[in-house]
Amino acid sequence: MRKIREFVIEKIILLNGFACILFVILIFFFLAKDGLALFRFVTIQDFLFGTLWNPLAEPPQFGILPLLLGSLVVTLGAAIIAVPLGMACAVFIGEIAPRWMREVLKAGVELLAAIPSIVIGFIGMTMLGPVVKNLFHLPTGLTALTGSLALAFMAIPTMVSIMEDSISAVPRSYKEGSLALGATHWQTIYRVIIPAASSGIVAAIMLGIGRVIGETMAVMMLTGNASVLPKTILAPVRTMTATVAAEMGETVRGSEHYFALFAIGLVLFGITFFINFLADMARHRKKK
Amino acid sequence: MKIKPQIKQKIAFTLLGLAAILVIIPVVLILAILIKRGLPAISWQFLTEMPRMGMRAGGIFPAIMGTLCLVIGAIGVALPLGVLTAIYLVEYAKKNWWTRMIEIAIVNLAGVPSVVYGLFGLGLFVIFFQFGSSILAGSLTLAIMELPVIITSSKEALMSVPRSFREASLALGVSRWQTIRYVVLPNALPGILTGSILGISRTAGETAPILFTVAAFYLPRLPKSVLDQCMALPYHLYVLSTQVPNVKPALQYGTALVLVGMVFLLNIVAIIVRAHIRSKKQW
Repeated sequence: MRKIREFVIEKIILLNGFACILFVILIFFFLAKDGLALFRFVTIQDFLFGTLWNPLAEPPQFGILPLLLGSLVVTLGAAIIAVPLGMACAVFIGEIAPRWMREVLKAGVELLAAIPSIVIGFIGMTMLGPVVKNLFHLPTGLTALTGSLALAFMAIPTMVSIMEDSISAVPRSYKEGSLALGATHWQTIYRVIIPAASSGIVAAIMLGIGRVIGETMAVMMLTGNASVLPKTILAPVRTMTATVAAEMGETVRGSEHYFALFAIGLVLFGITFFINFLADMARHRKKK
Repeated sequence: MKIKPQIKQKIAFTLLGLAAILVIIPVVLILAILIKRGLPAISWQFLTEMPRMGMRAGGIFPAIMGTLCLVIGAIGVALPLGVLTAIYLVEYAKKNWWTRMIEIAIVNLAGVPSVVYGLFGLGLFVIFFQFGSSILAGSLTLAIMELPVIITSSKEALMSVPRSFREASLALGVSRWQTIRYVVLPNALPGILTGSILGISRTAGETAPILFTVAAFYLPRLPKSVLDQCMALPYHLYVLSTQVPNVKPALQYGTALVLVGMVFLLNIVAIIVRAHIRSKKQW
C-alpha cells in the first residue's frame, strides 16, 4: 500500500516537472495559432518591413517596422542608462559598502523592483513627463526618452541582483591574490573581479534588456504612442507591447487586426525567448 | 601627471557610491510623492465604498477585493505547482538534457512579456476553455506568470537544506517521499514562504495580463462567482489616469498609494522573514 502511494506521488511530482515545458509550448501554440492566421491576408514581408501601422485605414496597414524600431529605440536608451548605473551599484553593494549599508541598498533595490509598472507609468506621466517637456522645450513630455528613463530604473534591479550574485561568486582567493601582490582594492575590482564575473554580468545585462523589451504598461503611458518611424529620442514613439495592450480591447475576435496583434505577440515571444536563451547559456557557461 | 592608485580608488569608490544612491532615489521619491498626495484621499470610505459617478467619486472597494481574489486564486494554483516542480528538480531530477530543458523552459517563462501572457490567457482560458473574461481566467494567467518566481525561490530553499539531513532520514529506513515530506519541506518552508510572498506581491501589481482576461472597466459591485469579471487595483489606476477625463488627482494618487502600500507591505514581510531565517539558521 505504502509502495503504491509512494509510486503515485513520485509520478505526480514527475508530471509537475514537465508542466513548465508544457506551458512554454502552449504559449507558443496559442500565439502561433492566431498570429500566423494574419498571413492569409498580409505577406510576411509587408508585416515585418511595412513602414505603416494603421489598422483602421482602408485597406488596413499592418507594417510593424515603426513599432519594432520604437521598441528598439526605447530599449537602447534604457540600456545605455541602466547598464553603467546597474554595474556601479552592483559593484558598490558587492565589494565596497559596509555591511549595514549593503543591507539597506539591497532592500532599496528590491523595493524598486517591487513597484508595479503601472505606478511607475503613472508617476512618470505626472512627474517625469513635465520635466522632460520643459527641459527640452517639447510640445509633449511623453517621448522615447521619458520611456527609456523609467524603463532603465525598472531594469536595474534585475541587473543588480544577478550581477551582485556573480560578483560574490568570484572565489575569494582571486581577490586575496591580487591584494597580496600590492594592487589596490579598486585595481582588484576592475582588473580581477569584474573580468572573472563577466559571464554573469553579460547574462544580467541581457535579462535586464529582455525585461525592458517586454515591459508594457509604463511604456504605454510614457512614450506618447505615436506609431511613426522614430526620428529622435525626443519624439513620441510606440512600442510593440504598447500596441498590443492598447488595441486589443477594440478589436473584433477573428478580424485581421486581432490576428495582427497576436502576430506581434509572437514576434515579442520570439525576441524574448532568444534573449533569455542566450542569457541562460552565458550564465551556464560560467559554472563549468 | 600620474594619479596615485589610492586617489584613483577614492574617486572611483565615491562615484560608485553616488551611482548606488542614485538607484535608490526613485524609490524614495515615488514613496514620498505618493504619500504626500495620496494620503489625504485615503479614508475609511475610500477603502470600503463603491466607486460612484463614473469613478470620479466614491471608493475603490471592488478594486481591492478584485485584486485580492485574483491574487488568492493565482497563488492557490501556482504554489502547489511551483513547489512540486522545485521538489522534482532538486530531489528527483538527474542531470541530463531533459532537466536542462525544464530549466530553460523556466527561464523563458520568467522572460515572457506580461502582455504576451495576456494574449495567451485570452487565447487559452478566455476563448479556448470558454471561461470568458473572468476571475478564473485571470487567476490562471497570473498563476502561470508567477510560477517561475516560486519555482526559483523554492528550489533555493530546498537546496539550502543540508544533504546530511536527508541522509540521516534515509539511513533510518524512511522512504524518499517521507523524507521530503517530514524532513526537507519543514526546513525549507520559510524560504518557500518568502518566495511565494514575493510572487504574490508581483501579481498584485500586474496590469497587462489581466487587461484582456478579467479586468472590468467599471463594475460597482463585488464579483459573484469565479466566472464573473472584477475590477482590480492596477487596472483601476490605469483607467483613472488615462481613460477617464477629469478625475481628481487625489483619487489617482490614493489608488496608487493603496496599491504600492499593499505591494510594499508584502515585500517588507518577505524581507523580514528572510532576515529571520538567516539569523536562526543553525547549520
